Amino acid sequence: MNRVTKFIILDILKNKIILIYTLLLSILSWGVFSVEDNSTKGILTLLNVILLTVPLVSVIFSTIYLYNSSEFIELLLSQPIPREKIWRSLFFGLTFSLLFAFFVGAGIPLLVYTPNDVGLMMLLVGLFISTVFVSIAFFSSISTRDKAKGIGIAIMLWLFFALLFDGLVLFLLFQLADYPIEKIMIGITSLNPIDLARILILLHIDVSAMMGYTGAIFKEFFGTALGIILSFVILFLWIIVPYSISLIKFKQKDL
Amino acid sequence: MIEITDVNKSFGKLKVLNRVSLSFKEGECVALIGPNGCGKTTLIKSILGMVIPTNGEIKVKGQLVSEDYQYRKQIGYMPQIGRYPDNMTIGQIIFMIKELRKSSQRLDEDLLQQFCLTEMFDKPMRTLSGGTTQKVSATLAFLFNPDILILDEPTAGLDPLASEILKEKIQTEKQKGKLILITSHLLSELDDLITHLVFMQDGNVKFHKPVSALKEETGEDKISKAIAKLLRNNMYEPRY
Amino acid sequence: MTRWLHIIFLCFFFFQTYGRTLYVGAGKEFVSIKTAIQKSKNGDSIVVWGGLYKEENLVIDKSITLIGKKEATLDGQKKYEVLSIKANYVVVSGFKVQRSGYATLTDPCGIKVYDSHHVIITNNILEDNFFGIYLQYSKHCIVKDNKLRAYGTEEQQIGNGIHCWKSDSLQIIGNDVSGHRDGIYFEFVTNSVIWRNCSIGNIRYGLHFMFSNNDAYISNIFKNNGAGVAVMFTQKVKMFHNTFEENWGDAAYGLMLKEISDSYILGNTFKKNTTGIYMEGTNRINVEKNSFISNGWGMKIQASCMDNTITKNNFLANTFDVSTNGSLVLNTFDANYWDKYEGYDLNKDNIGDVPYHPLSIFSIIVEKTPPAMLLFRSFMVALLDKSEKIIPSLTPDNFIDNKPAMCALFL
Repeated sequence: MNRVTKFIILDILKNKIILIYTLLLSILSWGVFSVEDNSTKGILTLLNVILLTVPLVSVIFSTIYLYNSSEFIELLLSQPIPREKIWRSLFFGLTFSLLFAFFVGAGIPLLVYTPNDVGLMMLLVGLFISTVFVSIAFFSSISTRDKAKGIGIAIMLWLFFALLFDGLVLFLLFQLADYPIEKIMIGITSLNPIDLARILILLHIDVSAMMGYTGAIFKEFFGTALGIILSFVILFLWIIVPYSISLIKFKQKDL
Repeated sequence: MIEITDVNKSFGKLKVLNRVSLSFKEGECVALIGPNGCGKTTLIKSILGMVIPTNGEIKVKGQLVSEDYQYRKQIGYMPQIGRYPDNMTIGQIIFMIKELRKSSQRLDEDLLQQFCLTEMFDKPMRTLSGGTTQKVSATLAFLFNPDILILDEPTAGLDPLASEILKEKIQTEKQKGKLILITSHLLSELDDLITHLVFMQDGNVKFHKPVSALKEETGEDKISKAIAKLLRNNMYEPRY
Repeated sequence: MTRWLHIIFLCFFFFQTYGRTLYVGAGKEFVSIKTAIQKSKNGDSIVVWGGLYKEENLVIDKSITLIGKKEATLDGQKKYEVLSIKANYVVVSGFKVQRSGYATLTDPCGIKVYDSHHVIITNNILEDNFFGIYLQYSKHCIVKDNKLRAYGTEEQQIGNGIHCWKSDSLQIIGNDVSGHRDGIYFEFVTNSVIWRNCSIGNIRYGLHFMFSNNDAYISNIFKNNGAGVAVMFTQKVKMFHNTFEENWGDAAYGLMLKEISDSYILGNTFKKNTTGIYMEGTNRINVEKNSFISNGWGMKIQASCMDNTITKNNFLANTFDVSTNGSLVLNTFDANYWDKYEGYDLNKDNIGDVPYHPLSIFSIIVEKTPPAMLLFRSFMVALLDKSEKIIPSLTPDNFIDNKPAMCALFL
């Protein structure tokens, strides 16, 4: 870990929001698992946390942090440190902190209560989703100099991926119900990181239902080793692409 | 030491630097002057790589600024308004910068002592007054014994005592043969310091002259008066 | 006088039941089973000692008892039907019967019973046969404790495990069947019982059951079969305490009911099936005290079903508890436990005070637009489901359990 990252992580931990987030996640996770006698309901609650809360917190916290550290960035820029390294260190610092929070808050209860493929998949997917939305935060915060606008963009992107996108897909499904659109739908859905994460977990929770008609098609795609690899590659692209765009913009940004 | 050739920069439609070409050598103490918004700070930031020129090239010690970041090791920069992470203390900031630079050189902590900053090491940056922040900026600029010092409005906000300390510091550094770039409105303060003068207006360099030449032209022995005379002669009409 | 009569009667009885015993094996009376059968009379026993017997097609045409010892193996060499039983009162026990021929027209078997009654087939191992045990036009036969294994990969290449056709009063007990097309096949078989069998990993159905009235199948395990269990065109079937497990696939059902009436489904467990029970054209059936656990769909009840009663069942951790393809509901749901029920019980009588609508709107959407499954468990769908629960608009409002149980029923 380079020195810049170290300072950023220390700074974020001083921020306390990450600690509160960790605490909330762990209260919630331990809570749902110890209240429900079968772990399925706990898993479902956590699924919603992973699909809604984790992206929201990741994207908003990161966006605000980036805007708030403009002074810090300026200070670093006058030092002999390349821009790329500053940006990368910010990314690593934020990602590390949020992954740490998710792992401690939700990952440990998951591993304790469901030490099987479902738990592992949820943990992995949660970690990926956190990182994806940090990356999206980088994209939205570099898009505009205005802090309020930037946070707005971040929230809109979250809303789009968490809710609106599914609405659009449902609409398309109804409109095109008479056509064989399953495979196209799989293609479209896998463009949304949250949907991708959901389906990856779904294939492990609702194993039986996924063996059904369309389920079989999904299973054929997402259930095979190739499909899982492809899904994670897409998630990985969701990390790389927004970050890279933001990096290119940052390198040309005037401060 | 610094070669600026044909640098243009515009923010959107606004042209901030217009074919600026300048060259500074070691041992010089250059004052960049001009009305607000004339492009002084942009020029400085371009040298530092914080603003990326639309075209043209800037060389520091023969190195193209756009190609390598290492040249920044040679530059100490004191910004006009120092902005620092709110929740870090003075001590942490200085410690962090030292850590980041990992310079093996002997550190120049004169200002740290003279400004009595060591006593305030535990104060968070957000609680500091503008003047104290400036002191921190000044300290950081001189800390690594850089060959080039870029000081953006160094004395603004400083009390007379601190201002005097800083001027003395600049004087000693100048005598070591360093290049010093200063922007300031308070020309009277710089009288005994500067050797060269750059006057900018609307993104253009109006003149770049040694102080001695200027004084000769105008027949004044104070820089501020010399400038005033030039301006009064309508040679360089500012568009306020 | 009476004493003498007794003795005479006993002697008569003795001669009636005790035939001779013929031994077959290396160094024994007979080397070939075929000649032993030829030499035997009704009531004789033939004991076959361990060894591999390749005697093409063995036909038993006398009422004899054929016992295999020490892994006596009958081999059909992939050409012949191994054992054909064409007499009544035959017992076949203790053999390993393997490698019958393969032909789609004559259906060669490991053991086939032709038009006979009171045949007992027990404790045999049947391996790699086209059909395993085949009974046709037979009555009062017992097939018990046999192990049947085949290695079929495609439906057309392999026959059924225990195949019963046009028979009556059969007992199929404690057999293990795997790798066949259908584990157990019943067509036009009446008054019979299928009890304690394991039918696991067959290519098509674990149990295939058609036109067979007045039968019962009890305490069987049907697991991981290509299409689960099918019970069709039948009346008065009793299905008790069976386990239907891990029957996965688009057309796989724990139990598929088609044109069934007046039957009981009691105390069964449906676990991890794509669909627990699929009902089509089913009338007057009682589905009672069953457990539906971790199925994709607990029950799929098509609109063609009438007057069925679904009561006192447990629905636990199913993706969808119930779904239907129509809006007409002519079946009764009563006193079931639904783990998705969120009502309350103020008077503590263990019956929820609010009726439960087991049909979720999303299950209807999926029924109409299967690809919508892609959106399952998304926030969007959760919103839809919640709003539908509060104000039902698309789900039939009489699809309702008025007395949902508050906690899981002890079954």
